[in-house]
Amino acid sequence: MALQATVEARRLPTNQALNRIGRAVRSNRKATAGTVLLGIFILVALFPGVIAHDSPTLDVYQPHLGLSSAHLLGTTAYGQDMWAQLVWGTRNVMIIAFTVGLAATAIAVLVGIAAAYLGGLWDGSLSVITDVLLVIPLFPLLIVIAGYAHGGSTLVLIVVITATSWSYTARQLRAQALTLRSRDFLEAARVRGERKIYIIVVEVIPTMTSLIVASFLTNALYAVLFASSLQFIGLGDPNTVSWGTMLYWAQNNAALQTGAAMWALAPGACIAALGAAFALLNYAFDEIGNPALRPVRRRSLKQRSVQQGENRA
Amino acid sequence: MTTPLLRAEHLSRHFKIGGALSKRTLHAVDDVNFQIGQREIVALAGESGSGKSTIARLLARVYQPTSGEVYFSQGEEDPGTPLSAMRSRRARLRYASEVPMVFQDPFASINPVFRVSHGVLRSLKLHRPDLSAREREAEAARVFEVVGLDAAMLERYPHELSGGQRQRVGFAQALAGRARLILADEPVSMLDVSIRIGLLNLMASLRDTMGVSILYITHDIASARYVADRLIVMYAGQIAESGPIEEVLADPRHPYTQLLVSAVPDPRAPLSVSAEADQGEPPKVIDPTPGCRFRFRCPIAIDKCGNVTPELTLVGAREVACHVAQSGAEVKAFTS
Amino acid sequence: MLEVSGLSVDYVLPRADVRAVDNVSFTLDRGEFLGIVGESGCGKSTLLFAIAQLLAPPARIAAGSVTFKGTNLVGMTDGQLSAVRWRDMSVVMQSAMNALNPVKSIGAQYRDVMRAHGKTSRDEIGTRSAEVLRMVGIDQAHLRSFPHQLSGGMRQRAMIAMALLFTPDLVIMDEPTSALDVVAQRSLMVQIKELQRTLGFAIIFVTHDMSLVSHFSDRLMVMYAGQVAEFGATRRVFDEPLHPYTKGLLEAFPSIRGPRVPLKGIPGSPPDLSVIPTGCRFHLRCPVAYEPCNQVAPELADQEGTLVRCLRYTQDHSEERSVAL
Repeated sequence: MALQATVEARRLPTNQALNRIGRAVRSNRKATAGTVLLGIFILVALFPGVIAHDSPTLDVYQPHLGLSSAHLLGTTAYGQDMWAQLVWGTRNVMIIAFTVGLAATAIAVLVGIAAAYLGGLWDGSLSVITDVLLVIPLFPLLIVIAGYAHGGSTLVLIVVITATSWSYTARQLRAQALTLRSRDFLEAARVRGERKIYIIVVEVIPTMTSLIVASFLTNALYAVLFASSLQFIGLGDPNTVSWGTMLYWAQNNAALQTGAAMWALAPGACIAALGAAFALLNYAFDEIGNPALRPVRRRSLKQRSVQQGENRA
Repeated sequence: MTTPLLRAEHLSRHFKIGGALSKRTLHAVDDVNFQIGQREIVALAGESGSGKSTIARLLARVYQPTSGEVYFSQGEEDPGTPLSAMRSRRARLRYASEVPMVFQDPFASINPVFRVSHGVLRSLKLHRPDLSAREREAEAARVFEVVGLDAAMLERYPHELSGGQRQRVGFAQALAGRARLILADEPVSMLDVSIRIGLLNLMASLRDTMGVSILYITHDIASARYVADRLIVMYAGQIAESGPIEEVLADPRHPYTQLLVSAVPDPRAPLSVSAEADQGEPPKVIDPTPGCRFRFRCPIAIDKCGNVTPELTLVGAREVACHVAQSGAEVKAFTS
Repeated sequence: MLEVSGLSVDYVLPRADVRAVDNVSFTLDRGEFLGIVGESGCGKSTLLFAIAQLLAPPARIAAGSVTFKGTNLVGMTDGQLSAVRWRDMSVVMQSAMNALNPVKSIGAQYRDVMRAHGKTSRDEIGTRSAEVLRMVGIDQAHLRSFPHQLSGGMRQRAMIAMALLFTPDLVIMDEPTSALDVVAQRSLMVQIKELQRTLGFAIIFVTHDMSLVSHFSDRLMVMYAGQVAEFGATRRVFDEPLHPYTKGLLEAFPSIRGPRVPLKGIPGSPPDLSVIPTGCRFHLRCPVAYEPCNQVAPELADQEGTLVRCLRYTQDHSEERSVAL
């Protein structure tokens, strides 16, 4: 009887896990703010047509129009609706952020954890590669590569940024995997006869989930910043609709000097906001995982005395 | 004389230390000989650095011996198969199921992301392939009850259990295979004093009701006396004295054993004065020269102690590695 | 010299405050050795940190005072405390490897301490450092050694020497021997007692191992779930334990001499301090609990010089005392 119950109970771990995440997000201010912000951006990226009624590339409007109800942010020097561009541009940025985030994290996990576990020559060579990439100044490298790719499309941007930014988080993952290596429960798995690959996949990686998620958030954040920067200096495809390209065109037309400040400020603010969303989530994760980092909150005296009354009862 | 369950002969384990070019070796375990019988608890005692944990890991096959051999009897008729002959995955798994290990730290020895049933179920999957999934669940519940845990606890996470309960989970994991000898590496050292007795009683009952032998590694002689049948005292990688525990503790013949016994705090006994005389430390044995390794702290060392390494020889009902004891003279090093 | 009165320490947590130390009071005279024992979670380390004014958020002193040589330390600022710290009161931490700076030599760390508290002359620092090392039996050549070069026992003794640099009147020790082996433990305890005899400082010694202090402390305080369970002369507490918890603890130590008897230990585990049981905190594990134990929380009662927190010893329940404990 008890056995039946235990078997069934084990089939619900995902439910429990989601519950715990939900509670954690609600209780931590940074997590709530970050989730809400990121959620807004994801929604905008998924349903741009619902929010902006114009096509971003349609250039039939009168150029240099100010803010109005017809054009929420005005129009660009080419007669395009800025709000539409901003909204549709979100999709491009989110695609880059998530693709690079996932790809770079996947490589970092593979390289970092394998290096820690296989040790010896493997660790040596993988670490050398990681360190070399880490030391090379990323931005000049990106410029060179993007230049070679003759002004890349989004795909080129994704590949280039992934290839150059995985090393940072790989180093962190390797360091944590190394400390885990001597943990008793891994030795226990070894002693009971588990194979190495099993230990890495089933025992090690799940205990590193918080660092892996943090790596994803870090990589996504840097992807947004790097991609926008590359597009800003003209190495992205200037015809794609994205925040970075908006900045590029704004710069080309001296937007800030000619009173069309919104052309530069709006995409800039969005980049900052998306970056902040990822960063907030990263901090929140740290705090949830490590209670010592949580801010000490003052509760009202009344609340406290009521709770103490409950405690005694 | 029934065949011993496990026999270690001239077992040694050395570690290279220093940089890649250094030739220095740390002698963690040197030329150790001992046996573990059926249905007995053998206590392996010593200070840190004495080599006791290394021996556990040698027996658990985490390390390979630098020299010497360990023989494990796999059945009634088997006088002992050398561990080095167990190479195939099948042979290794079989040994792992018959000689499991329980670890010291209840907070680090269980994977925190899985329920506590995880380790037991994995052990069953690896070592009892004859069982179906349903039978594994049943067996996991049974093993939990043997160690005194409610079967409903299978669903809990490690952080929901106390230290004592987690150590019981460790024993459950050990019993999930076909355990015949459990290697217990300081299983109670990190537990509160009032909880230790419960686990020590569990170990004794495993021996009495399930016929499992246990190698109980500890630095706490009093707890060793409570559960063990025989005692092996280690010093600086070698065995100093070994024999039936009551005898060894009542009348220790090796000076180091005398020091250990006198240093154990016992609130009911008056303060033993002789232990104050010692302020030495166990040596780090790097590239040792012949001679007794205890001689620097030994108040009754003779010339021979500096030149000839004493061998473990039978003196009465126990074995001692001390020239003075072997010569038949009375050993009064740290007794009042 | 030291008077702790009604000291309570709370941990301010999101859901509710947890009282880790509840209303502890005691006095300490010059040269006295006070042992505080209890298992994990009983609040002994928190109490120690509270006395030394080393509590960090979310812990804070909720009530009570710590009067050291006439002044109340509670509420003093760091600036005011620094006059007292190390000169009159010093602390020895649990693990020297964690408390000592691994990248500085021992001598450099002693120098730091002395400079921080007033001594600046090179000669004075040098002589005093060598002197304290000699007091603990370490060769003064080790002033140039780094912590990892010393063995565990030596490191602990170096820490104790550091605590004695200014010959304080009170030394607080938090489980200084727990990382050591039994032989090193014994020699360290003997050393501490000897130093106390020659220098005359008082000691508050916190440990989970009762038997360790049995031969060294003058008085013994047994803590359970944040409260004082029993408090009296050490020999008295050992020979005639009054509180069922103390009795249970003493019986949980297997003896190395005498007959081998099966022991029981104390079933269950200490309560979660955020959910304190009603009445006596120990009643759920107590072998001699009776009717009122789960409703009435006992106060400390004086039983011929020993304080004990158990209903069996309070006035109104004297009839029950006749039941064999």
